[in-house]
Amino acid sequence: MTAETIVEAACVSKRFGSRLAVDRLDLRIPSGVCFGLLGPNGAGKTTTLRMIYGVTRPSSGEILVFGMDIARNPRAVRSRLGVTLQQNVLIEALSPEENLRVFGRYHLLSEPELSRRIGEVIDFLELKSHAKVPVQKLSGGFQRRLAIALSLMNRPELLILDEPTTGLDPAVRLALWSRVRDLRAAGTTTLLTTHYMDEAQRLCDRVAIISGGKVMDEGAPPELIGKHLAPETVEFDCAPEEEPNLLSEPGLSLRRRLRVGKRVMIYLEDATPLIEHVRRHDRGDRRALVVRPTNLEDVFLALTGTSLEGGQ
Amino acid sequence: MSVSIPHALSVWRRNASMYRRTWKWNILPNFFEPVLYLLSIGVGVGAYITEMSGTSYSAFLAPALVCVAAMNGASFEVTYNIFVRLTFEKAYDAMLTTSIEPDDILAGEVLWAVTRSCIYGACFFIVLCLFGLTPLPFALLALPLIPFAGLLFAAIGIVFSLRIKGIDLFSFYYTLFLTPLFLFSDVFFPLKERLSGPWLWVAEALPLLHPVRLARAAFRGEPSLLLLWDFGYLLVVSTLLLFWARRAVRQRLTN
Repeated sequence: MTAETIVEAACVSKRFGSRLAVDRLDLRIPSGVCFGLLGPNGAGKTTTLRMIYGVTRPSSGEILVFGMDIARNPRAVRSRLGVTLQQNVLIEALSPEENLRVFGRYHLLSEPELSRRIGEVIDFLELKSHAKVPVQKLSGGFQRRLAIALSLMNRPELLILDEPTTGLDPAVRLALWSRVRDLRAAGTTTLLTTHYMDEAQRLCDRVAIISGGKVMDEGAPPELIGKHLAPETVEFDCAPEEEPNLLSEPGLSLRRRLRVGKRVMIYLEDATPLIEHVRRHDRGDRRALVVRPTNLEDVFLALTGTSLEGGQ
Repeated sequence: MSVSIPHALSVWRRNASMYRRTWKWNILPNFFEPVLYLLSIGVGVGAYITEMSGTSYSAFLAPALVCVAAMNGASFEVTYNIFVRLTFEKAYDAMLTTSIEPDDILAGEVLWAVTRSCIYGACFFIVLCLFGLTPLPFALLALPLIPFAGLLFAAIGIVFSLRIKGIDLFSFYYTLFLTPLFLFSDVFFPLKERLSGPWLWVAEALPLLHPVRLARAAFRGEPSLLLLWDFGYLLVVSTLLLFWARRAVRQRLTN
């Protein structure tokens, strides 16, 4: 293990009764990156996070965080990380400021440092206008910002975000993403789970694609796209019986293709020759073609045969 | 893993900061309840009773009701309130993302329940003073008993709360456990004059009996060797239950 590794999981499994939630998982999260665990609901993402911050014990395998065995040093490890849980855990009757005060005390912060940190995270997440309003009166976006603010009270070296933007409107999502980028720029290592491929693609330096408790593959998003598919995607409707006739052109390399019902997706280095070929084939009767950049959703589909949103 | 006192205190302070917002409303019933009991049972029923165990009926009742107040104060906290924090507010899940450990949560919650029992017990005591039912200075000896009574009922309640699945089951805890204790633990009549033989031994198992006997002895200034057994019961049963609760907290919060 090098000094720059923040989290290292080696062959970690977790069994709940007869269900294997995490299956021989290996992870290495280097310092300063934003690392995403991408997978559908039930893939084992939250269990993996819980094992990393030490509230779920692995059935087998070992996890080192900051070079320490989390099972033996939970206090020391957790004092250096922050966690935003999937569900906001806020005290509804108290204001953001009071919530931050209570939470800061969990980290044993005392005055004047406590107030300084509260001011710091209120500024950072732009909560000032609502700092004294009871949490129950805040919108979902403000509540989520407060939940993230809580996990920053101890100035964590590792920030763990479980589904940070699920259920939020697009403007709030964009704002939160930009905060995560700011943190990363300041040197905070971030580990997040998401089932939004756009979130993973925009935020994460590296992603691990998880399905059924297993890491299917891991790497930088463009690297994964290049390795499993190709940068451009052409998508159109094509009945299975039409496929041999339409897509058997020897000049085109159409090996990387996926079918979901009537929909065919073809992954290419350059989409132009295929588009021209389909147009020639269709003659006057032009079918609707979608040409788009390949994304992590495609990679997920290629690796697991299922879609992210539809998940298991 | 052992308890970290600063972390346990941060859990205590969370509850205290919630309570501070509503204490004016919360504390009022603490004064009304004893007044109602004293008026109805002590003064009303007491008018037909010339004496009980050598004192007026109100004087017999007074020290026991201090213990009942302590029992109630701790019990509300460790039943409904803990269940809400555990299940609905998920407060403990949030705490476990910091360097707080399950043992600290248990310690903080028990300490808070004891604090509540002290608030209840002390309010009751003040009302008794106003009624002239606290023979001084001996009655003051009952004050240090309040946290021990609170500790016992905090421990019992926490073990129950951690074991049940639904909030509805608390009605059993109140109607089939706390209410019978209230009615049959030397509070309203001396058990030893109504029970005989083996039943007296069985009655010794009742948790409320022991603080009641201690408080009554304090009010009367009548020490006896039996009180050592009562105090030992408080300490030993609380300790055993807290060890059990410690395992249960760990099982509920971590997996």
